[in-house]
Amino acid sequence: MFGLDKRDTGVLIIVALLALFAPIILNPFPTDSAMAQFNAGYPDLMQKFVIFGIFAIGFNILFGLTGYLSFGHAAFLGIGSYSCVWMFKLLGYNVIPGIFLSILISGLFALLIGFVSLRRSGIYFSILTLAFAQMCFALAYSVLSNPRFNLTNGETGLQVYANDPQWFHRDGLPDLPHLFGLSMRATQKIQVGAWEFQFNAGYYLCALIMLVCFYLAIRIFRSPFGMMLRAVKSNQQRMNYTGLNSRPYTLAAFVISGMYAGLAGGLLSAVDPLAGAERMQWTASGEVVLMTILGGAGTLIGPVLGAGFIKYFENIFSKINDNVLHSWFAFLPDGMEDFMVFIIHPFIGKGWHLTLGILFMLVVIYLPGGLVEGGQRIQGWFRKRGTKTEAKAGKTEPAE
Amino acid sequence: MDALLLQILNGLDKGSAYALIALGLTLIFGTLGVVNFAHGALFMIGAFVAVTLQRVLSLSFETIDPTQKDFLGNPLKVKTPYVESWFGPETGGLIIDWAVPLAILFAIPIMIAVGFIMERGLIKYFYKRPHADQILVTFGLAIVLQEVVKYFYGANPIQTPAPDALNGVANVGAAFGMDIVYPVWRIVYFFFSVIIIAAIFSFLRFTTFGMVVRAGMADRETVGLLGINIDRRFTIMFGVASAVAGLAGVMYTPINPPNYHMGMDFLVLSFVVVVVGGMGSLPGAVLAGFLLGILESFASTTWATTTLPGINQIIIYLVAIAVLLTRPRGLMGLKGVMED
Repeated sequence: MFGLDKRDTGVLIIVALLALFAPIILNPFPTDSAMAQFNAGYPDLMQKFVIFGIFAIGFNILFGLTGYLSFGHAAFLGIGSYSCVWMFKLLGYNVIPGIFLSILISGLFALLIGFVSLRRSGIYFSILTLAFAQMCFALAYSVLSNPRFNLTNGETGLQVYANDPQWFHRDGLPDLPHLFGLSMRATQKIQVGAWEFQFNAGYYLCALIMLVCFYLAIRIFRSPFGMMLRAVKSNQQRMNYTGLNSRPYTLAAFVISGMYAGLAGGLLSAVDPLAGAERMQWTASGEVVLMTILGGAGTLIGPVLGAGFIKYFENIFSKINDNVLHSWFAFLPDGMEDFMVFIIHPFIGKGWHLTLGILFMLVVIYLPGGLVEGGQRIQGWFRKRGTKTEAKAGKTEPAE
Repeated sequence: MDALLLQILNGLDKGSAYALIALGLTLIFGTLGVVNFAHGALFMIGAFVAVTLQRVLSLSFETIDPTQKDFLGNPLKVKTPYVESWFGPETGGLIIDWAVPLAILFAIPIMIAVGFIMERGLIKYFYKRPHADQILVTFGLAIVLQEVVKYFYGANPIQTPAPDALNGVANVGAAFGMDIVYPVWRIVYFFFSVIIIAAIFSFLRFTTFGMVVRAGMADRETVGLLGINIDRRFTIMFGVASAVAGLAGVMYTPINPPNYHMGMDFLVLSFVVVVVGGMGSLPGAVLAGFLLGILESFASTTWATTTLPGINQIIIYLVAIAVLLTRPRGLMGLKGVMED
């Protein structure tokens, strides 16, 4: 289907089904139960899943295929956000022009930054992209927000004000981001027994775009172009010796992944029309690296898994507090209960980054292929056990 | 002229922090070939050694002083630090006052120990892995260290004053017939870093140990074949490098109250400094540190910021990009180090 082989079509269909039914799948606990806080099926979080999924898929095209570790991809996310909000300010709240402009502008920036950074490789490339991203952050945070020329609105963040032109805004349209009149915040709530499922317009728009992005990523992975990028990763020198100039390929990969990041930024603004400079900070770049590595760099589904995993646990872990812990360990004797809460306390709530850091180190040390490799190992382990028992059975027979 | 010198002075103290961190980074990179993203965290740990020492020294007990009354007429509770009760108020007060310089003595062994643990416990296993993995695992370690410090010390900056004697300002230009008033502690910081840098360089140049380390940097395998345990020496150099970063942090506390993310803030700039100076070149790191510090301070003058708003924020990155594109090896980069 769509030029994919059977297996890839299967993966695409599975992802599509997951995205379609996410509001139901992510809401396994009844609304009033104590476990309801672990539900992820509300619009805000689901939108984050798919948007950061797009971001990570794009990053994976660069890092997973070519091995170039960019530490500055958040810059494109921020640039996308700003361009989208500017479209809101100038043209009105329809999301389509905003999304297109965010892809275009971040692509231009990626072309420029990539052209310079890709002259070097390895650690130099990482530091160059880091320097560019920090420069963009500084520009957005303070330089471009002076009264004479206010492009980013500095610390406050760029947002739409009442006196903005909004040329195409008409009275009938909602005063929030919308798709030809369909508000991004429009949510259909359906009550089924004790469960409540929320179907949000913004989420489905993002999910649809994510599916398109995922499909494009599969096509890139399976194309001769993708093969060329893998060759860059495995041995660029040898590739150059054979007379191939690898730079156009890496530059193309860089621009594509920059456009993915810009698209993600644009969508972030589309669901919540506010763009701040903190989106461009280098910790944000680190986060997308985390997602990709955690899920499994160089695999198709890995980055999406990683993005979902990190965003989910970020939300859930930071929500758990001492009271919740006390209620969990209430079955233990008094002293033990306090002790357990005391032990776990640093890792939850505001300490969630500590958990993330430890998890990240463990993954890099023991499981460089991320969650996907973990899954494969477990699968392989089961299979091996299966064959071993068969082999044993086979051996014992002739002895009889 | 006065303004010019003032800007150079301003640049020197920021530059010395860059130079010290970059020196440590280069030492680690040159010896072990590891890109250490956790180096900023070492700087931060050093600063918090000073904070801890100051807190420990000011631990105090309460006594009721019948001679003093509060406004209600009750006897007043007086806090006396243990140190003051042991050594008498004069000496005790002096010890508390000089907590930051005293912290140097504690920081050296602590930081060397931290460096050893880091190298033996984690980084040792990453020599054979690609640079991307090294960056990632040390990045994770930096997050962990930072969060642990945040857990114990909170997220707010902690004021850690310099000793009273060094806390004022001095007219450094008086000797030259000029009028340049400048905080004393910043001058102390500059001289301190010069001493540390000189110590590291002479250690590498004039001792046998240093000679072996330099030989190992040039050709690790041959040194190993000569029957020298080069790994152990490199581990020691890792400890030394983390001590340098820690000392830079200890002395920086009075200039900038430490908070948990100060390491990350400095780390990015220090990497830029290392790259500008040339990966693996110690003099390059020091030179680039001071140069970029001075450049940044000149870019922060009113004249510069009015002609080109915000130039002070981006000048270092612009210079780094320009240097990398015109002299890919950096200002004093060595041939054959990280060429690919």
